[in-house]
Amino acid sequence: MSLIQNIRSLWKLSQAGQIARRYFVTNGFDGALTMLGILLGFYTGGDTSLRIVINACLGAAIALGISGFTSAYLSETEERKKELKELEESLVSPLEESDYGRASQITPWVIAAVNGLSPFLISLFIIMPLWLDKIGVAMPLGPLETGIGFSFLTILFLGIFLGRISGTFWLWSGLRAVLIGLATAGIIFLISSNS
Amino acid sequence: MAIVKRILLDVLKPHHPGSLEFAQTLADLDPGYRVNLRVEEVDENTESIVVVIESENIRFDEIDQAIKKMGGTIHSVDEVDAEGSPPTAAD
Repeated sequence: MSLIQNIRSLWKLSQAGQIARRYFVTNGFDGALTMLGILLGFYTGGDTSLRIVINACLGAAIALGISGFTSAYLSETEERKKELKELEESLVSPLEESDYGRASQITPWVIAAVNGLSPFLISLFIIMPLWLDKIGVAMPLGPLETGIGFSFLTILFLGIFLGRISGTFWLWSGLRAVLIGLATAGIIFLISSNS
Repeated sequence: MAIVKRILLDVLKPHHPGSLEFAQTLADLDPGYRVNLRVEEVDENTESIVVVIESENIRFDEIDQAIKKMGGTIHSVDEVDAEGSPPTAAD
């Protein structure tokens, strides 16, 4: 069996694809909404240095990434160990040397990487206009406004992606996700205006 | 040493890989292998299967390794057809 066939077999066996896809959307959504919240907070708060906004967003992005990686790794490792133990008990045979054993060791790393990288990279994408503006590439709508626009664009993309997975109408699924973003923005505006 | 031409194995395996992939993997071990697989019983986590392999020269260790790699265990070798190998020049 070739290396690629072996990897494909382990990937299929561990069902890592399905789990990673779910984590990508869930934690990606976390990242996008967190960035939207931070950007809206600074937007409603008035004049703030772009450096402070970028640092706050970057700090949150790193925290989301590390939190996503570690939480997924810890939970998946325990989950896989439990599954493997149950299967070993059913088979009355050790499975460390089998594809199952190898899949249960590799899968938590793959899922943790997706879970950590998804919010981190999405956050970096959203704060990109702020960086660009800082290095002199002027944003026509302003850096914060463009960043907020990027947040909604990401939320729309994640909604569409979710729609395509579930087989529902992609536009409805995308708009539904954007509605969640708008509701979040509404709550932030409401709280900010009363504080 | 005698050549094994046919074996019937009682195997316990997880649900994945499925019967088709399991039989294909065993058949792929050697171009001459003919594999017949029958599912006897399906439990919550496992399946009991009967595997018949026919070939001009069956290498049992290779089959055992492949089954273990797929998470299965050979419960018993229930039937064996073996044939005396022709004498070599050394004999």
